[in-house]
Amino acid sequence: MSASPARVAAPLPKRGGVGLKADHVDQILAERPDLGFFEIHAENYMGDGGPAHRRLEAIRARYPLSLHGVGLSIGSPRPLDKDHLKRLAALAERYQPGLFSEHLAWSSHDQGFLNDLLPLPYTRETLATVCDHIDETQQALGRRMLLENPSTYLLFTESTIAETDFLAEIARRTGCGLLLDVNNVIVSATNHGFDALAYLDAFPLRHVGEIHLAGYADAEDDAGRPLLIDAHDSPVRDGVWALYAETIRRLGPTPTLIEWDNDVPAWPVLFAEARRAELAMARALGAGAGKELRHAV
Amino acid sequence: MPFESTIDVFARALSDPARPVPPQTMGREGRPDAHRFAVYRNNVAVGLIGAIEARYPVTRRLVGDAFFRAMARAYVAEEKPRSPVLIHYGAGFADFVARFEPARAIAYLPDVARLENAWVEAYHAAEAAPLTLAALGKIDPGEFGALRFSPHPAARLLRVSHPAASIWAGHQGAGEPRPPESWRAEDALVTRPEADVLVRVLPHGGYEFAFALFAGATLAEAAETSADEGFDPGSHVVGLIEAGAIERIR
Repeated sequence: MSASPARVAAPLPKRGGVGLKADHVDQILAERPDLGFFEIHAENYMGDGGPAHRRLEAIRARYPLSLHGVGLSIGSPRPLDKDHLKRLAALAERYQPGLFSEHLAWSSHDQGFLNDLLPLPYTRETLATVCDHIDETQQALGRRMLLENPSTYLLFTESTIAETDFLAEIARRTGCGLLLDVNNVIVSATNHGFDALAYLDAFPLRHVGEIHLAGYADAEDDAGRPLLIDAHDSPVRDGVWALYAETIRRLGPTPTLIEWDNDVPAWPVLFAEARRAELAMARALGAGAGKELRHAV
Repeated sequence: MPFESTIDVFARALSDPARPVPPQTMGREGRPDAHRFAVYRNNVAVGLIGAIEARYPVTRRLVGDAFFRAMARAYVAEEKPRSPVLIHYGAGFADFVARFEPARAIAYLPDVARLENAWVEAYHAAEAAPLTLAALGKIDPGEFGALRFSPHPAARLLRVSHPAASIWAGHQGAGEPRPPESWRAEDALVTRPEADVLVRVLPHGGYEFAFALFAGATLAEAAETSADEGFDPGSHVVGLIEAGAIERIR
């Protein structure tokens, strides 16, 4: 394989992006769609070589990249996996992503890697552990990371800190940024019966470096109440678009990713969803400009 | 309850459906909610089953989606990934299939799974430019017998007791599967000299010869693995080089 072209870790443009899927790469390279960035799940590129890396090299030579980890288990009481940190650092070194993000969740325990983003209680104790893990991660990667708010299906009786306060305090203590997943806000708000706008009011928006949007699936809990599942298998819903517009009005232009990881559609459908995000961002900014101006005056 | 204990109870309940929903969790009624906890249990199972489905497409096609899903569900219940790098998960699935009672009647199934695992390993193996015949041509033929070779990082040798490679090849593409031309044991060589993974059936004596070469034997030593009168080590080494199975002369 030829040497990689020299590249710089350009920050992600404040535009729409999508998750990179193997089946789309040929068409993307042929058509060069006008898109802000691609995001990858870091763990899918932890093989030594082969077609996955060849595709990613080709994409990275043409587009900015966001590196999104799904397996570090930052929210676990156990120490972080040092080998996994090394693998993440090697990927970041090789591909020079504009940003690296991970989740406020855990996924590994004695049984092994459980392959889901599992919830944790929010207490003084868990806060200290998560902050230690983020310090360690940022040190290992030599860069600031973003931490993503989770979608959750249940709460812990022992939690004493609101999720937004928990995230704000993590950002304050570690200097990390935040990834605001607007779909996760809608999912959790519905599942726990809180007001999504109130969550947004309480969210420390000044730390947000990226937004995620996705589709959810509908289910019910034991009492027959709606239970939304963060499924990433369908178009973004109207309520999510509405909260996104409000987020952009408050936050200004922000890199925005469409996550569609299951039942992945044909490339034009996914691309159209990213363009819709860009349009929604532009509209929200246009509508919000007057308000911002009044604030400035 | 300390953080460690809370997560421990949660993790055990996830992996064992016989355990109750963790009492320190709650839904909107303020008490443990089975539907809610089931979302996590289901996510874990479905995600891992999906990884096995993606790794073994022909094995799945051979037994059908429903049977494969049940088999994969039993596997993921027993064997969790040891690492978050799921591209390595499921390497031991063929051995599980061999032990899986309902699949016993399909004797060739574990062999096909072994081949598919070798395919995935080759797919993710390190990049390396394979040795070329031109490079070999620059060497004095008098020295050939003493040559030792390093296998290419993607090269995998497989000895199976069924025509697994032919069955696998007959199930590529969306068309009607082609049955193997003859029902016999096969030795397979899996390589990835460039972007594409290649699978070929080795000729008689090729497995022992390649196995010895890959283990560090000289060409002359490897040639002694065959007792056949007409065994031609030259044609075998050329075949291995053409397949991209050799990285370099040591």
